[in-house]
Amino acid sequence: MNYRRRDFIKIGSLTIAGSIMIPPFLKSCKGPQLSNNAESYLNHFEVTVNQLQDVIRAAMGKGADYADLFFEHTLENYASLEDGKVNRAYSNVDFGVGIRVLKGEQTGFAFSEDLSVDAMIKAANTAASIADSPGNVLPVNISEFLKPDYYPVKTSWEDTSVKDKVPYLQKVNDRIFELDKNVTKVNATIGDTTSYILFFSSEGRLAWDYRPMVFMYVTCIMEKDGRVENYTASRSSRSGSEFLTAGLVEALSAEAVEKTSILFEAVKPKAGEMEVVMSAGESGILLHEAIGHAFEADFNRKKTSIFSDKMGKKVAEPFISIYDDGTLVSNRGSLNVDDEGNPTERTPLVKDGILTSYIHDRISAGFYKVKPTGNGRRQDFRNVPLPRMRCTTMENGPHTREEIIASVKNGIFVDTFSNGQVNIGAGDFTFFVKSGNLIENGKLTRPIKDINIIGNGPQALADIVMAANDSRLSDSTWTCGKAGQGVPVSMGLPTVKIKKLTVGGTNA
Amino acid sequence: MNTKEKYSLANLVIDHALKNGAQQVSVSVDESRSNEIEIRDRQIDKLTESNRNSLTIRLYVDKKYSAHTTNRLRKEDLLKFTSEAIAATRFLAEDEYRSLPDPELYYKGGGKDPGIFDPSLESVEPAKKIDIASRILDEAWGKDERIITVSSYYSDSISSGVLVTSNGFKGDMAMTGVSLYVTVSVKSDEGRPSDYWFENAIFFDKLVKSGVGTKALERVLRKTGPRKIKSGSYPMIVENLTASTLLSPLFDALQGYSIYQKQSFLAGREGKPVASEAMTVDDDPTLPSEPGSRLFDSEGLAAVKRPIVEKGILRNFYIDTYYGKKLGMKPTSGSSSNVIFKRGDKDLPGLISTLKKGILVTGFNGGNCNGSTGDFSYGIEGFYIENGKIIHPVNEMNITGNMNDLWLRLAEAGNDYLEGTSLKVPSLLIDKVDFSGM
Repeated sequence: MNYRRRDFIKIGSLTIAGSIMIPPFLKSCKGPQLSNNAESYLNHFEVTVNQLQDVIRAAMGKGADYADLFFEHTLENYASLEDGKVNRAYSNVDFGVGIRVLKGEQTGFAFSEDLSVDAMIKAANTAASIADSPGNVLPVNISEFLKPDYYPVKTSWEDTSVKDKVPYLQKVNDRIFELDKNVTKVNATIGDTTSYILFFSSEGRLAWDYRPMVFMYVTCIMEKDGRVENYTASRSSRSGSEFLTAGLVEALSAEAVEKTSILFEAVKPKAGEMEVVMSAGESGILLHEAIGHAFEADFNRKKTSIFSDKMGKKVAEPFISIYDDGTLVSNRGSLNVDDEGNPTERTPLVKDGILTSYIHDRISAGFYKVKPTGNGRRQDFRNVPLPRMRCTTMENGPHTREEIIASVKNGIFVDTFSNGQVNIGAGDFTFFVKSGNLIENGKLTRPIKDINIIGNGPQALADIVMAANDSRLSDSTWTCGKAGQGVPVSMGLPTVKIKKLTVGGTNA
Repeated sequence: MNTKEKYSLANLVIDHALKNGAQQVSVSVDESRSNEIEIRDRQIDKLTESNRNSLTIRLYVDKKYSAHTTNRLRKEDLLKFTSEAIAATRFLAEDEYRSLPDPELYYKGGGKDPGIFDPSLESVEPAKKIDIASRILDEAWGKDERIITVSSYYSDSISSGVLVTSNGFKGDMAMTGVSLYVTVSVKSDEGRPSDYWFENAIFFDKLVKSGVGTKALERVLRKTGPRKIKSGSYPMIVENLTASTLLSPLFDALQGYSIYQKQSFLAGREGKPVASEAMTVDDDPTLPSEPGSRLFDSEGLAAVKRPIVEKGILRNFYIDTYYGKKLGMKPTSGSSSNVIFKRGDKDLPGLISTLKKGILVTGFNGGNCNGSTGDFSYGIEGFYIENGKIIHPVNEMNITGNMNDLWLRLAEAGNDYLEGTSLKVPSLLIDKVDFSGM
């Protein structure tokens, strides 16, 4: 990817990287044969292959098995509307390198925001202290990882001004006020992120990536008969500013207005255990919380996951197949290359009801002696990679949505959520339902809202007794938190029925 | 970077911004250094060292506002960054409510040192830190055959910063923190439950360096074999460790932003009862050597002790300069400092002994609260109580209700603060809460 000087029409600045002027010594450096792209990323971070090897040598200097360097330059921009005006903007520039050293399953880690060789070697020496024997590092051949292109960009965010975003924020505001007279306030934000990543390991792997990301959200606030309700609709994608369209504005506006107005009619269900039908798309949160985290192999190699002894065993009905996919085009969870320089893939986690793979990073793949699945992810250069989900989905099942709803005598249907959580070891997971309906005698009846649902992961997976043929992805702005690190993810699901979950509600 | 260098960088950026079209500017320069050690099953699992710096600039340009943060602190980069940020700000809409705080409200110096910095922390040897983490791990490791794994953590941080505004504020702060944490996982018939304990301190010498592993082990062993109980309305005791989670929607609803955005179920209720008489809460930044102690807040406003709730009556909101202007309210501070919940007489066993039937909540699992209405629903784990005694652990249950009703049913506060946190909240007893279970 070539980059060039941009006009200063965006909030925050690419040029802050100080990467525009290439120092003369870099130009004259004769390194191994690399693609133009790799060269441009080395230039971007003002480093040479020889320097990377020097830093790796320091990192390996105390007898480590492996070391890697993760360079990152990230530009984030947010423009927001309040009171009908786009009257605030925020930006953040982040730049640095994370240096990780592995000795068996042990990790030494340090980072530097200063990319001078001296500063990097100092950080490498700190990370190296996890190992404690004399090291002898043999030079290795450089192998460049030629990445796929899962997130093509038409117009980059660096070529997009805050001026270009203002009309979309303004339109979503105007449209929402137009759609319902009870609307009293609208808040909207467009946030975009552009990351330049350069990766180099002691095994000679050289990889690079250009990662765009955008989200737009809108919160609609309505008042009716002295009551106030609010609902937030959002969309996210790994794409450039072609993401912003009239269709997006319409979809967000319609969803926000429809969902907010329903809340005035909503009731709380009766508290207790019942059948729960989860709608296609957003309900992928079930996979993420109930089983996804417990499939992450760090929890399994440490034997703290409730799924630690379930590999190769039946964990679900035979019509259930679950994947974690990092290859979906422009998907929020996709990665061309993971943060450990490995290719991503569509990893089958459950195939025809049998647990077939955990979600691996380098350490866990080594522990289990399997191929890495490309799930090694990190929030940024200040953090170590961990096994993390990408886009977790379930394939179509044999039933229809109508059949599923008709099969429930007394239960609930849930379709939007605000958050979820899981206790990995106990297996208890939760998700918070923002909207849904009661199901009475096979029919959707009164809307419900603001209730928590709790279940046990392995039990809930085994209790998925019906799955429809309508699997689809959620394009909401999901961010997964683990060990203090947030990473963008996505999810999907067909309509499914779970035999029994514990639903928050009233005892009246 | 020392304090002088931070001031010099902040002044450089302020001068440049004022010369290039900004009418008002505030700049903060922050630095933090931290170390983390993780030991798992007697082997060092992870050593992490971090050093971070950043500069944040808030710009007021022709009645327009934006804020920007960068960690690229070379002077030439910062000047260019500032110029470009000013140019970009001009594309925004005007906002008449944006300005720096009224200088009258600024901290003006001469305050008593809040006592939140330990100069000796820097010289603690890594070997000593590893030794402490190893000892607390050994308190649990191998002590019960059901143990699957034990991890212990030592972490410390030294942070410092300066804040300078173009209308006369100048202030610096430095603080330290040191923490220990142990988590223990055990095998049981139902799964692999885990639990934890921690200790925090500002001063290394004051850190409680033992008992963390022992407590984590006790906590996990007592919760094996949980059973769900019948849905119903029960009295609830929330243990001090998690009581602040239940209070957090209340604090969200006290924010100027929430009030302005109609996402506060407490809006307009100043001077009115929002809780039972058992609730008295102060926000007190003036306490010596507590994690939330400070002389000024992130805008430079002088720190003042304020009552938040007095015997159930709402007294103050958290109002920053911007939302203060929008709401026509006097700024207090946009953020909490030390939150002090007035203690009652009983310790946790004392509270438990008062219940004929009830549930002790020791942990929350997910859930949320609708800020506009106060409707909440949270997953819980804890213990079933009968005749004043803990009978068995419970899990996979929810509590559901409305924050307004919940706090009016606060029956009693315990006397058991957790040390080392800025939220000093004891265990709380609440009458009648809707639990969903079997």
